[in-house]
Amino acid sequence: MEERWIDACALDDIEEEDVIGFEHGGQAYALYRTLDDRYFCTDGLCTHEKVHLCDGLVMDTIIECPKHNGRFDFTSGKAKGAPACIDLKTYETEIRDGRVFIKAD
Amino acid sequence: MIIIGSGEAGGCAAVALREAGWAGPITLFGEERHGPYERPPLSKELLTDTEPPRTRTSAEAKRFAELGVILRPNTRVAEISPERKLIRLQSGGSVPYENLLLATGARARLLKVPGSEYALTLRSFEDAWALRHLLGAGGHAIIVGGGFIGLELAASAVKLGGRVTLLESRERLLARAVPSALAERIRLEHARRGVLFHFGTALSRIERRAVILDNGERISGDVVVCGVGAEPETALARKAGLRIDNGIVTDDRLRTSDPSIYACGDCAASIHPQFSDKPMRFESWQVAREQGALAGRNMAGADERQSIVPWFWSEQYDLHLQIAGLPDLGETMVERILTDETQLQFHLDHGGRLVGAAALGKLSDLARDMRVAQMLIARNATPDPAALAATGRRLKTLLAA
Ligand SMILES: Cc1cc2nc3c(=O)[nH]c(=O)nc-3n(C[C@H](O)[C@H](O)[C@H](O)COP(=O)(O)OP(=O)(O)OC[C@H]3O[C@@H](n4cnc5c(N)ncnc54)[C@H](O)[C@@H]3O)c2cc1C
Ligand code: FES
Repeated sequence: MEERWIDACALDDIEEEDVIGFEHGGQAYALYRTLDDRYFCTDGLCTHEKVHLCDGLVMDTIIECPKHNGRFDFTSGKAKGAPACIDLKTYETEIRDGRVFIKAD
Repeated sequence: MIIIGSGEAGGCAAVALREAGWAGPITLFGEERHGPYERPPLSKELLTDTEPPRTRTSAEAKRFAELGVILRPNTRVAEISPERKLIRLQSGGSVPYENLLLATGARARLLKVPGSEYALTLRSFEDAWALRHLLGAGGHAIIVGGGFIGLELAASAVKLGGRVTLLESRERLLARAVPSALAERIRLEHARRGVLFHFGTALSRIERRAVILDNGERISGDVVVCGVGAEPETALARKAGLRIDNGIVTDDRLRTSDPSIYACGDCAASIHPQFSDKPMRFESWQVAREQGALAGRNMAGADERQSIVPWFWSEQYDLHLQIAGLPDLGETMVERILTDETQLQFHLDHGGRLVGAAALGKLSDLARDMRVAQMLIARNATPDPAALAATGRRLKTLLAA
């Protein structure tokens, strides 16, 4: 199973309470860092229209879509505010040697 | 509880009513054959996507069954009787209400010139369907009106390979809603794509495939489309004796002059205490959604004042526009240059309070800062202009101040 873990970025590539985008194998991911330095990963595209969430604003553990302000809790992937009503898929993360790894499908 | 108009606002109201604890019946009457669907794509993807168009159901409508909201499509409400607290349906029959919500939206305005019935307009899915066929043929479209709908239509027609001539009665585009520097950039982008503009024109007549200007000039094409704004749908309210002033007038709780009747969305002119003591009407998807939800909560007894910061977006080609608050109320402007292609304007009133923001360019460059701007406006913030302009500093840090 080890090979499913992907090296996504360095810890400092993401600012506190922020998000970056990451692509692997043609799939877009969004990687988040909370104020208390926890790291999370979800699908990179909004479930409403396929817009990159990494351009949106992070407030606490909520990511807001840049296009119509659809909201998701990125720790669970749950849709928190219409127009987005389908949850985001989440991926496990792990920190090793100062880097963030994500467990892809 | 009865809601008239099953558009964006009506759908949000139905869900909010239930979530606010109202356990009794909720019925949504709509004259369209669809339940609530998203209108913004009608002038954009729906015209240009290669796959056959479908209505995009609003998020709330997907929850009606689960929440026990009854949707009555194809049902036009003909009359309200406020004294007897019931509505009468066009098809006959009447239904009593405890509280009533008017979410009747707006309809495309027609020009008052001979032949205006030849011009197509865009408001509903069916309108978009017809336009898709005509614009898809790739001919020459004559678009009357340089507002959002006209410009988005122009961009879609160009994308489909057509030619566009756009006529505007004023001297500039988007005169109602967009700061002039940004409107000028939008004009340049259209011109670069080949759109021909005529400003300051008045029409004297419309024909099936041509318009005739008041100076006698004739412009021929393959289809004439009119995008000269929308009129609030106030007929029912007017007949019921409710106060009307460019929309159904409400207080800051979205209550009309009859305490059992509320109004929200494109049909409503409501009090936004933060911005003005005069009723204001918006044609914005976000406002319709938030007002719908607020009206629903208040009908269930919340008694909450409106604190919505208007928010609007438009897309033309690769250009993205977002507007938050009311840039018009500003007296000074501070610019934040995000990238070569993307600029953001902050509009501050005489007391230095941020009242509006407008950004044009790439969505990925502008979205975060615009969202922060919206939050600052909501807080009546008086941010330091130098900090607003300082691109190197994350705007979000101002929220902590
Ligand atoms: C083509 C187009 C593009 C748009 N693009 C954008 C955009 O990019 N960004 C943005 O912010 N906004 C956009 N808007 C505006 C946005 O869609 C509207 O602000 C929003 O739909 C308003 O919602 P509403 O519920 O108030 O009205 P509507 O969505 O118009 O719904 C009102 C409903 O009430 C029904 N009705 C009226 N009278 C009766 C009656 N007597 N009996 C029964 N039913 C009745 C109508 O048939 C209609 O279905 C766009 C609008 C259009 C038309
Ligand atoms: S695209 Fe994300 S909310 Fe619409």
